[in-house]
Amino acid sequence: MSASTVSRTASPLRPRLLGRSVVNLVVLVSVLYTLLPVLWLVLASTKDRDALFSSDILSLSGFSFVQNMKDLFAMDGGLFGRWYGNSLLYAVLGAALGALISIACGYAFDKYRFAHKEKLFGLVLAAVMVPQTVLALPLYLMASGTGLVNTFWAVFIPVLFNPFGVYLGRIFSQGYVPDEVLEAARMDGAGELAAYFRVALRMLGPGLVTIFLFQLTAIWNNFFLPMVMLSDQDLYPVSLGLYSWNSAASVSPEYYPVVIMGSLLAVLPLILAFALLQRFWRSGLTAGAVK
Amino acid sequence: MTSTTPVSVAADATARPSPKSPAAAAPPPAARRSARRRELGACGVLMTPFFVLLVTVFLIPVATAVYLSFFSDDQPGLGFGPERTVFAGLRNYTAVLADPTFLAGLGVVALYCLVYIPLMVTGALVLALLLDSGVVRLKGTVQLALFLPHAVPGIIAALIWLYLYTPGISPVIDLLGRADITIDFLGVHTVLPSIVNIALWSNLGYNMVVFYAALQAVPREVLEASVVDGAGPVRTALQIKAPLVRSSIVMVAMFTLIFALQLFTEPMLLSQSTPMINSRFSPSMYIYDAAFTRNNYGLAAAASVVLLLCTIALSYGVTRWTNRADAAEEAAR
Repeated sequence: MSASTVSRTASPLRPRLLGRSVVNLVVLVSVLYTLLPVLWLVLASTKDRDALFSSDILSLSGFSFVQNMKDLFAMDGGLFGRWYGNSLLYAVLGAALGALISIACGYAFDKYRFAHKEKLFGLVLAAVMVPQTVLALPLYLMASGTGLVNTFWAVFIPVLFNPFGVYLGRIFSQGYVPDEVLEAARMDGAGELAAYFRVALRMLGPGLVTIFLFQLTAIWNNFFLPMVMLSDQDLYPVSLGLYSWNSAASVSPEYYPVVIMGSLLAVLPLILAFALLQRFWRSGLTAGAVK
Repeated sequence: MTSTTPVSVAADATARPSPKSPAAAAPPPAARRSARRRELGACGVLMTPFFVLLVTVFLIPVATAVYLSFFSDDQPGLGFGPERTVFAGLRNYTAVLADPTFLAGLGVVALYCLVYIPLMVTGALVLALLLDSGVVRLKGTVQLALFLPHAVPGIIAALIWLYLYTPGISPVIDLLGRADITIDFLGVHTVLPSIVNIALWSNLGYNMVVFYAALQAVPREVLEASVVDGAGPVRTALQIKAPLVRSSIVMVAMFTLIFALQLFTEPMLLSQSTPMINSRFSPSMYIYDAAFTRNNYGLAAAASVVLLLCTIALSYGVTRWTNRADAAEEAAR
């Protein structure tokens, strides 16, 4: 009697225990898969060129983190500093402006009624799926026609366009801005625009941060458009700059340590942004995923 | 939970009746008309910046691409004399579709999608289900660690992995070498899996977070009911939870597909180091090569219209297919 109860309770327990460790093992392997390449980048950035090619990533010989950093900012007359500044300008300014433009449009789609609204919204959604490569050649021709090619604006203006931000903005507006609040603001005599800027925009805060982060990531990652538009190295963003240095590295290997150090620095701003704004984008992402 | 595919969202929104203000509180017609005018004015102000962008950096370029695809540059007299742009009809399209390098590029992307999308969707979903099962330790830390590659720009991710694929630098190849295994990660048959790996590494954690957020929204009562019915954790995950986050799965698959079709950054970077990737490896690289290396705008435009049509057809196919599956499910109930 007692023996049978023991076996009955023990048998479902054992697979569960086994299941637990298998689950944790699978998750551990996935975490190692995502973390180890980043860890390699960190370790490789501390190596001088000879140590880098010795494959022995954990040894402390050839430590030259500080020297690599100095080399990076001294290479080709300090180009990297310029690229970094350009990327920050394109990404932070572009994402801030782009997010404001998108969320205002998404809000208007949610709160106002007008003719052909859903057809227009369909057009916005269609824009999400059009490949960048399709737009690149016409944009290049337009930019060269207006004399904007190879200028800051040739990259900055197209990246402001974020149709997915409008889609998210509409969802956030549905979720965060109750119609009653707007009615109340109107009753108080606030104009439509005042109601948006003073009341609704504040409630849309987390959504705005989410769209900002999406766009920041997209612009910081942007590679194709700058490659098409820019020939002046002084205007390059980090992504394109490192690409050009990496192609130089196969001929002159002194570029390898600086490309690796540059890559490490290029990763930092987004990690910082995601870490600092975690509270906002988590709630924003949830709204975007569930709706 | 409503559906998530862009197209069906639009359909949902149309189907919803627009809210009417109660007649009891209706102000006099003149006041209502001026209020309506103010509303439309504000609506216009809020939408104008976006629609100016939509027209200038989207509609005009798409129209230009279509227009350019019907013209070509003719060089009369053996390339001497001034260049003329002449109407070419469908000549650019026949040239593109008869070009073996373009067709090979389409084949590469098709194979890439077939390998990458199922791996990505199942991988991210399984990880999200595991995290949602309540068995995993340090859940918050695990999520952040898995999400980390999303903060690594695509070109940097490609750079990191390029170095991890390069003999002499890579500790991976070194370790495998010690176990007497030699792999050339950039060889004929390995280069595509190597690219899939880079994309998978970059996006797995992000999509996992999307699925996890959707799973969090599954009502607890549903899960409790399935436990009462005697379903184990694996059955609950596969038969209850996974179908409930279907709309998220479709959305992730759709976006993964759209971005996969644009495959450019990773092969472009890897092509610096391996002869296995030529300058027309994927359709996007073909377009870049045609436009900016060969300066054949007509050909590049025709190729981009073909790529655009493929994207539209596939997205439409996915939406149709999921809508039909939805309808079938409704009918089965």
